[in-house]
Amino acid sequence: MSEKPHIDIDYVADLARIKLSDKEKSTLSAQLADILGHFEKLSAVDVDGIEPMAHTQNIHNVWRPGDAPGATLKAQTLIEMAPEQRDNQVVVPKVVE
Amino acid sequence: MSYEAVIGLEVHVQIKTRTKMFTAAPYVYGAEPNTLTDPVVLGLPGTLPVLNHLAIEKCAQLGLMLQCAIAEQCKWDRKNYFYPDSPKNYQLTQNDQPLCIGGKVEIELPGPSRNIEGEHRWVQLNRIHLEEDPGKLTHEAFDTVIDFNRAGVPLAEIVTEPDMQNSTEAVAFLNALRNLIIYAGISDCDMEKGQMRCDANVSLRPVGTNSLGTRTEMKNLNSISNVKAAIEYEIARQTQILDEGGVIVQETRRWDVDSSSSSSLRSKEEAHDYRYFPDPDLMPVQMDPKRIEQLDAQLPERPLDKQRRYQGDLDLPYTITSVLCPNLQLSEFFEAALEVYAAPKAIANYIANDLLRELADASARGASSHCVSDCKLTPAHIATLAKIIDTGVISKQIGKEVFTEMFNTGIMPDVIVKTKGLKQSNDSEEIESLCREAIAGNEKAVSEYRAGNLKALNALKGPVMKATKGKANPAMLDDLLKQLIDKA
Amino acid sequence: MPPLHYNTIAQIAHSLKVGETTSVEVTQAVLDRIKAVDDQVQAFLSLDAVDAIAQAQASDERRAQGSTFGPLDGIPIAIKDTLAVKDQPLRCASKMLESYTSPFDATCIRQLRDAGAVIFGRLNMDEFAMGSSTENSAYQTTSNPWDLGSIPGGSSGGSAAAMAAGEAIATLGTDTGGSIRQPAALCGVVGMKPTYGLISRYGLVAFASSLDQVGPFTRCVEDAALLMEAMLGKDVLDSTSIRPQGDTHYVQALQKKKGPWKLGVPREFFGKGIDPEVKANIEKAIEWYRSQGCAIIDISLPHSDLAVPVYYIVATAEASSNLARFDGVRYGHRSAAADDAVSLFTKSRGEGFGEEVKRRIILGTYVLSSGYYDAYYLRAQKVRTLIRNDFENAFEQVDAILTPTSPTPAFKRGERSDDPLSMYLSDIYTISVNLAGLPAISVPSGFTKAGLPIGLQVIAPAFGEADMFAVAHAFEQAHDYYQQTPKL
Repeated sequence: MSEKPHIDIDYVADLARIKLSDKEKSTLSAQLADILGHFEKLSAVDVDGIEPMAHTQNIHNVWRPGDAPGATLKAQTLIEMAPEQRDNQVVVPKVVE
Repeated sequence: MSYEAVIGLEVHVQIKTRTKMFTAAPYVYGAEPNTLTDPVVLGLPGTLPVLNHLAIEKCAQLGLMLQCAIAEQCKWDRKNYFYPDSPKNYQLTQNDQPLCIGGKVEIELPGPSRNIEGEHRWVQLNRIHLEEDPGKLTHEAFDTVIDFNRAGVPLAEIVTEPDMQNSTEAVAFLNALRNLIIYAGISDCDMEKGQMRCDANVSLRPVGTNSLGTRTEMKNLNSISNVKAAIEYEIARQTQILDEGGVIVQETRRWDVDSSSSSSLRSKEEAHDYRYFPDPDLMPVQMDPKRIEQLDAQLPERPLDKQRRYQGDLDLPYTITSVLCPNLQLSEFFEAALEVYAAPKAIANYIANDLLRELADASARGASSHCVSDCKLTPAHIATLAKIIDTGVISKQIGKEVFTEMFNTGIMPDVIVKTKGLKQSNDSEEIESLCREAIAGNEKAVSEYRAGNLKALNALKGPVMKATKGKANPAMLDDLLKQLIDKA
Repeated sequence: MPPLHYNTIAQIAHSLKVGETTSVEVTQAVLDRIKAVDDQVQAFLSLDAVDAIAQAQASDERRAQGSTFGPLDGIPIAIKDTLAVKDQPLRCASKMLESYTSPFDATCIRQLRDAGAVIFGRLNMDEFAMGSSTENSAYQTTSNPWDLGSIPGGSSGGSAAAMAAGEAIATLGTDTGGSIRQPAALCGVVGMKPTYGLISRYGLVAFASSLDQVGPFTRCVEDAALLMEAMLGKDVLDSTSIRPQGDTHYVQALQKKKGPWKLGVPREFFGKGIDPEVKANIEKAIEWYRSQGCAIIDISLPHSDLAVPVYYIVATAEASSNLARFDGVRYGHRSAAADDAVSLFTKSRGEGFGEEVKRRIILGTYVLSSGYYDAYYLRAQKVRTLIRNDFENAFEQVDAILTPTSPTPAFKRGERSDDPLSMYLSDIYTISVNLAGLPAISVPSGFTKAGLPIGLQVIAPAFGEADMFAVAHAFEQAHDYYQQTPKL
C-alpha cells in the first residue's frame, strides 16, 4: 500500500462483470486512485494481535431447527419476473463452458 | 524417464435432508422445473440465508465416519463468481474454517481374483466443508435454460490429499467412500441423480521424487467409470507431453464422455479470483463436544471394520464377507438373524447366496421387491431355517426347497415344513428296509465301497432318498448303509 | 394544533381513539398533501392510493368493531424503496429493478401491518442506498423542503423529505453509514438507527450486510420509540437479528428516565471540516444539557479519523458481493445487446447500474481481489475492532455521546456530485456508529441563519435505546425545533 495506489480497471471490471465505457474507465480510475489515497492512513495503524471484526454481535449457532419443508414460490412467479423464459425455465443466451 | 502419477479427488456429495442448506424450501430429485424454490433460493432482493442445523449435524457425522477432526468453530464464506446457475452469483461455502479437518478412508485394492482379498491402504483427507449446490443448466440448440430446483441443496465437499497414484486407487477410494457415506445415512450417492460428483486433480513426477508436478483439474466426472477413464486419459496425455519434452499447463479440463477425451476449459491465467470473505449474514457455528459424541455414537461400524470382524470373530470367508459388508442392509439383516439363532456360517451362506440369488431372479422377472428391505423374508425366516436344519428337523437338501417357498410366500420355514410334511424321516425300520433293497440292487457300488471308494455309498443313498422324497435323515441313512454293508 | 398531515403518531392515535378522525381521513389528508407538494419535493417514486385507502378502511372497520391493534393502527407510514412490500415495486431507485415487484413483505413491514399501520408509497433514495444526497436516484431528484435548491441528504432522502413536507405521518428508511440520521438532520426531522440486529433485515435489499439497519423517521422522539417497539425482535429469517436486551419499553422510558446523565463529547468530532454554524449550534445544545444538571465529559474516540476508510472498504466489499445477484438472469434489467452469458452479465450490469453504484462495486471488488485482501479488507476489519473498542471504552464513563449528526447543513444540488470523496466525508459523524453496531438518533437542534435545519446526534451503547430516546426526548421537548415546518 505504500506505492501510489493503482487499479487495473479492466481486470476489476471483468471480475465485477460490469461493462464500462472508456470514459467511465478513465474517470473511475482517477477517482478510485484518489479514494485509495485516502485509505493510505490505514496502513499506518498498528493492528498486531487485533481480531478482525466480521460481525458486530458476538453470537453463534443461529440456525433453523428441524427439517420441515416450508412454502415454495410458484414457478409462475419466477417466470413472470424472468426477462426470458420457456417451459417454466429461465432462458439465457447459450452458456459456453 | 518414467513418471508416477499423483492424484487428489474433490468429491461433492448431496446431503440427504428434506430442506435446503440455507432455507426451508424442499428438495426432491426429479420434480418439475422451478417448483422447489423460494425467495431465498432465487436470491430475490432482500432475502437472507439461515443455516440448516440438520445438514450441519449430518456433515459432522460424515466427518466422524471419515475419521476427521470436527472443528470447534467453523464459519461461512462467500465465494464470488458469476455463473447463470448461481442465483446470488456467490456461493456460500467454508473457505478457511471448514467443519471437518483431516480424515482418512481405508480402501481395498483389487486382489489377484475376485475371491481373494486385496491389499488395504489408507487415503488421507484434507478436509470436508459444507456449501450449497447451484441450479441446473441445460444447454439447448440456441440457448441455455435454467432450473433452480437443485439450487441451495446442502453439499459436502470432501477433499483428499494428493494421495493416490493411479485410477485403480481412485476407483477403490470412491467405492469405499460411497459405502461409508451410505452406511452413515448421509447420502444415497446415486451419481446418476447427481448425488455424488467428482473432480480429479492429476499431476506427474519422475519416479522416486517427492515434489509435486504441475497439476490439471478434471471436471464433470459423473460416474466412477468416467473418473477411471479420465484419470487414465490424463496420465497418458501428460506422459506424452513430458516425453516429448513439453510442459504441463495448469488448467481445468472437461471430460467428454462421448469422445472419451478431455479438453481445456480454462488455464490458470483465467482462473477465478474468488474474493472469498466471511459471510456477514451467517453467524459462526461452534460444535458442542457432547453433541459430537452423541452423533458419533449414532454411527454404524465402518464396512471394512465389520468385514475384519466377520472374518476374524465369526470365521466367515472373504467370498462371503465381501458380499455382506459393503451393503449395510445385508449386514444388518445378517446380524439380526444372528440374534435369533447364532449360526453365522449357515446364515451368511443363505444371505450371500440363496437370498441374493432369489432377489436377482425376482428382479430379472420384473418383480417389484428386489431389495432386502422390501422382500418377504425377515431375518427370523433365515435364522429359523438354519436352526431346523441344524437340529435335524429337515435336511439341507429340503432346506433349499423351503427357502424358495418362504421367499415366495413369506411363510415361516417351520410352518412350511409342517404343512407340506417335509419333516425328516427318522423311522429306522423303514429306512433300513429301503437300504437293504438298495444294497441288493447295486452290487457294483457295494464292492467299490468295500474296495475303499467311500463315494460309492452315494449311489446307494440316491434310491433311498428318492423313495422317502428326500426326507430320510441323511446321518441315519449313512450309518445304516455302512452297518449293513459291514455286517453282510 | 397543526394540520392533520403534520400531526404526530401520538396525536393521531388520540384523535382516532376519541373518534375525532378516521384512518381514511388521515390517509386522505396525507395523499392530498402529496398531491399538493410532491411536484416540488419529489419524495415519492410511486404511490398506490387505492391500496392505501383500502388499508385505512380496514383499520377503521376494526376500530368500529372494537378490535383495534394499538397506537399504530390506521397510521399511514411511507416506505423507502429498498424495503420489500408485497406486490409493490421494489426498485431501489435503480434502472436495474425498473419493473420488479416484490413477492413478499419485509419482516419489519409485516410487523407494522400486524400493528395496523397503513403501508403506502415508495420513497426516493440514492440508488441501492449508495449516496448522501439522493442525487444518485435513477428516477428523480428529491428536494429539501426547507430549500428546494438543496439536497435532502441521503441515502434515505425521500423518507426525510416526505416527513418534512408533511407527506406521511412516519416513514421508514435504512441506515448503513448515516442514511437515516444525516437526511433527518438536513430535513429537520427525527431519524433513528437501532442497535445492529434489533430489527430484522429480512426484506431490506442489502447494501452492506454487516452495517445495514432499518429505522424510523418521525416528527418526534416518542413516535420513533413507538415504531421501534413495533419492529424490534428476533426474526427466524435473519440470523443476525437478536433477542433484544435491556429495557425495550421505550415510550414508558421517556417518562421514567429524566437524567441527569453523564454525556460524552468526543473532541475529534469538533475539529477540521465542521461548519461553524453547526459547531455553535451543537455546543449550545450541549450547554443546555449541562444547564439541566448533566455531567458533560470530554471523551476521545481516537480512531475516528479512520472510520471513513474502514467504512468505504467494508461497505463496498460487501456491496460488491450483495449486488452480484443483479445480473439480468432471473429478474431485473437484461441488456438487449447480450449475445452470450458473459455479455449478458456485463452489459446488463453496465446499463442497469448508475455511476455511484458502479464506482462502489468496482472499489469493493478491488479491495477483495487477490493480492489486496489483506492490505485493505482484512486490515479494515481489524481497525473496525479498534473503532468499536473506542466506543466501549467511552461508554465506561458516559451514558450517551453527543455529536453533530452532519458536519454541514444541506448543500446545494450538484455541489459535490463530481467529487465522490468529499461526498463520502459528509458521513464522518455517522459511520463509526454503524461500524460499531450502536444505536443513534438525530433530533432537530435548530437552524442556520439561512434557515436550514441542524441535527444533534445522540449515540448510546448497544441496546441502550431506552436511554438514547430519553436523552433525545428531554432536549426535544425543551425546544420547539421539531414543531417547525417549512414553507411549501
